[in-house]
Amino acid sequence: MYSKKFGRILLGFYSHNTNVSSVIKRRLATCPFSWSSACKHRKQLLQRTTIVSSERSVLLCQMSSTQSASNTTVDPEEVRRFQALASKWWDEQGEFAALHSLNDLRVPFIRDNLMSLHRECQPGRPLGGLKILDVGCGGGLLTEPLARLGGHVLGVDPVENSISLARLHSSSDPELGGRLRYRACTVEELLGSEEDVRGEEKEAGEGPFDAVVASEVVEHLADLETFAFCCGHLIKPGGSLFITTINKTNLSYALAIVAAEQILRIVPQGTHDWDKFISPADLERLLEPHGFSVLTVRGMLYNPVTGSWCWSDNTEINYALHAVKAAEEPPHRQAEPEGRA
Amino acid sequence: MHSLAKAALVRNKFIQLQQLSSVSRILGRRAVGTDTGDKDEVYDVVISGGGMVGSAMACSLGMQPNLEGRKILLLEAGNKKVMDRVPDTYSTRVSSISPGSATLLNSIGAWDHIMKMRCKPYQKMQVWDACSDALITFDKDDLQDEMAYIVENDVVVAALTRQLDSLPDIVKVKYRSRVVQYTWPTPYQSDGGVPWVQVTLASGETLSTRLLVGIVVAPHQTSGGCSSGVAPLQTSGGCSSRVAPLQTSKNNVAWQRFLPTGPIAMLPLSDTQSSLVWSTSHRQAEDLLALDDESFVDAVNSAFWSNENQSELVETAGSLFRNALSALMPSAGSPRQLPPSVAGIGPKSRLSFPLGVGHAAEYIRHRVALIGDAAHRVHPLAGQGANLGFGDVALLSQVLGSAAFDGKDLGAMQHLLEYETERQRHNLPMMAAIDLMKRLYSTNAAPAVLLRTFGLQATNMLPPLKEQIISFASK
Repeated sequence: MYSKKFGRILLGFYSHNTNVSSVIKRRLATCPFSWSSACKHRKQLLQRTTIVSSERSVLLCQMSSTQSASNTTVDPEEVRRFQALASKWWDEQGEFAALHSLNDLRVPFIRDNLMSLHRECQPGRPLGGLKILDVGCGGGLLTEPLARLGGHVLGVDPVENSISLARLHSSSDPELGGRLRYRACTVEELLGSEEDVRGEEKEAGEGPFDAVVASEVVEHLADLETFAFCCGHLIKPGGSLFITTINKTNLSYALAIVAAEQILRIVPQGTHDWDKFISPADLERLLEPHGFSVLTVRGMLYNPVTGSWCWSDNTEINYALHAVKAAEEPPHRQAEPEGRA
Repeated sequence: MHSLAKAALVRNKFIQLQQLSSVSRILGRRAVGTDTGDKDEVYDVVISGGGMVGSAMACSLGMQPNLEGRKILLLEAGNKKVMDRVPDTYSTRVSSISPGSATLLNSIGAWDHIMKMRCKPYQKMQVWDACSDALITFDKDDLQDEMAYIVENDVVVAALTRQLDSLPDIVKVKYRSRVVQYTWPTPYQSDGGVPWVQVTLASGETLSTRLLVGIVVAPHQTSGGCSSGVAPLQTSGGCSSRVAPLQTSKNNVAWQRFLPTGPIAMLPLSDTQSSLVWSTSHRQAEDLLALDDESFVDAVNSAFWSNENQSELVETAGSLFRNALSALMPSAGSPRQLPPSVAGIGPKSRLSFPLGVGHAAEYIRHRVALIGDAAHRVHPLAGQGANLGFGDVALLSQVLGSAAFDGKDLGAMQHLLEYETERQRHNLPMMAAIDLMKRLYSTNAAPAVLLRTFGLQATNMLPPLKEQIISFASK
């Protein structure tokens, strides 16, 4: 507690108005030699890609960007921050570099847990036939690998620029075209449109989904309760919910805010608000009334020198959570104990 | 760390990846995307170049479970090699297949076909110097294990082709297709830009692919001779290798003798036939080609048997050293054996081909990976050229399988970098060692001869060291 307040006073924690971006967690390693030169060396090693950022930003300026309607889960200020950085999504050495390398953990996490729940999968397409929703998909960094693995994926994000960029990036790949779609909307709007469709005929609706993925999203939301409610209604009974986010602890404050944003500057300042972080226990308490039961929680650690992530037993900073929606509808589930009593 | 090793080796003779960028400079950044005929069909992997390594790559990818449902294409400039029945005469070009390569070929199902056709395992190898008495022998202690296998290149390709025929759904092969131009990926935002590698064939067809695997480098783009610095391979002063099948008395051993002009090796093909590989200068190669069969056989026998290069000093020093070592380690060392004499040679079977030595500084770029001769060419003195290529195949295929299982774009740099790092860690020391051996043995100056004599004799007396050498070469 005191360390937190002291830290805030000393380092001027609350700076609201800067840009945004990816979630980058890291752990302050024990030997602080020259981070910048290590990161620079790694950047040079990977300089041989052909992604050009300048052309991208020019093109995106020409695209129209409409402000999405304000809704309860979305924080308008977060949306503004992400719009400014929309062009940088696919630069593997840019601001979102750590999100690109986070795919090494989160794609296998999602894939393996879904494969163990749905036994009938074909080799080459482990997620074949599954309908997946990626909430807060951004530029499609996680959406594309899931589609490549055979899933029918819908990516939603309130930031119009990001969705346009994601569509553009996936448009040239004929393999993804059939299985990957994007919509610029919030998760509540999606639920609303689903219910309209269900009311009429069951044809053009997107869900319900076998899995919903909200990776590095809940720490940017304004209202988690609504988010949990929407997820509860968008997922099939027995379906999965995957969340990766940051824990709310002193250590996460020290590393994810102070170290990452202010000292090492791996994340742009103001990306994260420590008050929005949530611990696994609180998240579980939030999800249970909506019919979810948490199956797995695993910690993740970022190594700033190599720029890679690894699994860890320590969930104090970053963690990944897998929850499953009950096979019966929540009202029945709540009615049961009363019946027994 | 590996960049330091690279710098040490980059002297004169390197095939730079600049040749690829020079191709793209010539082509300019033409938007080939307007060719809408093939726009919708994007191959997952196109392997440019067939032969042993290319066909093995195609088979290996085709049998990866994680790549099921993908589209793989092999482009072979030559005709399809079918071998229903093994011909009576041995073909001229052979390779020494190490146990590691045999494991790869077994895993892709081609080894069974090879065993049914023709291959010769050998357990023992003797290498000795023309300028002194020093020799080293390698043999597997229990004769059940093979050291390596001598297989004709045609047999390997035919076996791989037969295996490819059984994978029609995933792997397609285009024979007699020569590539005339490569177009590298452009950033996807620019108008008409295509984010894939585009390959244009001589027939005018254009193919798009997520990943291009290159096996061969076009001849005019290689640089570097083998001993005279940077020079095109056609000029004299370079090296070439003569190969021919020989008839000998019973032979189960691989022999190699280092002459000052280059090593000469006899590799067993069957009990009575062996294959000759003689690396020498262009001029001497031409002279040898011009000889008639009898004189050629005499030249081969004299190369293996004659002692004319030995001097008194070296002989004395060598025998002193040997006696000293055998006093220290009486049980180590092996008796010197002489190779079988050559009785005859197959008619019209002599072939000469130029040698190149080179190493690409980078094996990979965005959406491109080089394997086999395109990445590294070595002198045949250690019989490692094909084995390095097979090692590349095994690793790249495994890396691509894991990448596909993680949903990654096959042409992405991250896993290609892993392949490059891992292979360079293995290939660079091997190439350095082969280069060192070649330089050391290409002179008959007394100091060098004494040094290598002592070194060879000492190594011969140390079984643990020999075992390390064998295991490194067997991977």
